[in-house]
Amino acid sequence: MTNLHTELKESIIEQLNLEDMEPADISNDEPLFGDGLGLDSIDALELIVLLEKDYGIKLTDPAQGKEIFVSINQMAQFIEENRTK
Amino acid sequence: MADVTWLWFLKQKKNKMSNQFYIQDWVKIKNGEIFNSGKLIFESTEKELNLFLKECYEFLEIKYPKFHKMDGLSKLGILGSEIIFRKNKPTKDTALVISNNASSLETDKQFQESTKTFASPALFVYTLPNIVLGEISIKYKLQSENAFFISEDFNAGLLKDYSESLLSSEKTSRVLCGWLDLQNGEYDVFLCLVSKEKNIPFSEESLKKLYCAENDKPTHRT
Repeated sequence: MTNLHTELKESIIEQLNLEDMEPADISNDEPLFGDGLGLDSIDALELIVLLEKDYGIKLTDPAQGKEIFVSINQMAQFIEENRTK
Repeated sequence: MADVTWLWFLKQKKNKMSNQFYIQDWVKIKNGEIFNSGKLIFESTEKELNLFLKECYEFLEIKYPKFHKMDGLSKLGILGSEIIFRKNKPTKDTALVISNNASSLETDKQFQESTKTFASPALFVYTLPNIVLGEISIKYKLQSENAFFISEDFNAGLLKDYSESLLSSEKTSRVLCGWLDLQNGEYDVFLCLVSKEKNIPFSEESLKKLYCAENDKPTHRT
């Protein structure tokens, strides 16, 4: 697991107020929405904000989120390829 | 004619009796203390609102992760209703009639602050006072009438009239009504469950009396 994976998990827990969770509770390939972490549509918007705030990535098409926020692995890969900070 | 008058009298009396409602249970959360039906059930010296709310959540052993994502007003609403509903299982038609002074101002200010950098969607969704009614309805699976009033002070008459109207018209069999206020980190919660189950008669006077009961200094005039 890279530093980015851990950093992402910590940010998600903090940003989305997942109070009872630790980074170790989130596996890299676990679905973030639906049966996995159980995030909802407002969480998806918060993740879009997180990408812009922490990594300088501005999603022009919110529908992109569906492909990016599949799992921590998917998010980390997208961030590595597109980050501006 | 005398018989007709007598029958009319009996009918009126029956209607009056069947339209008598009672405060079945009530909860008060203020100044680090939680009272349930007049009995102190929890106290804390924690001054920071979110930490106090978390202490209450843990004390009540609520298992509802969504709680942590809510704003202060909704958390207070969930805590208050949990105390009442765990003893008195709500029916699907249990109505919600709540009022306050500050509306959602606490969250409105936080959201406005967030817009200086990155506007928070999670805060934005709580910038209406009646969102707490939705949160309570979701948690307890209510599909009922609900109303949130903003009034200058605790208005027992308004709560009594509106709740009684819902009960008398048989739109509901129970109403959770009261005051749910949060401003500048100070909270004042008074919720009561009203039904036909005999206890304290539901009246403007009893609402005022119970609201003031544990308040040395009510934040709002009555």
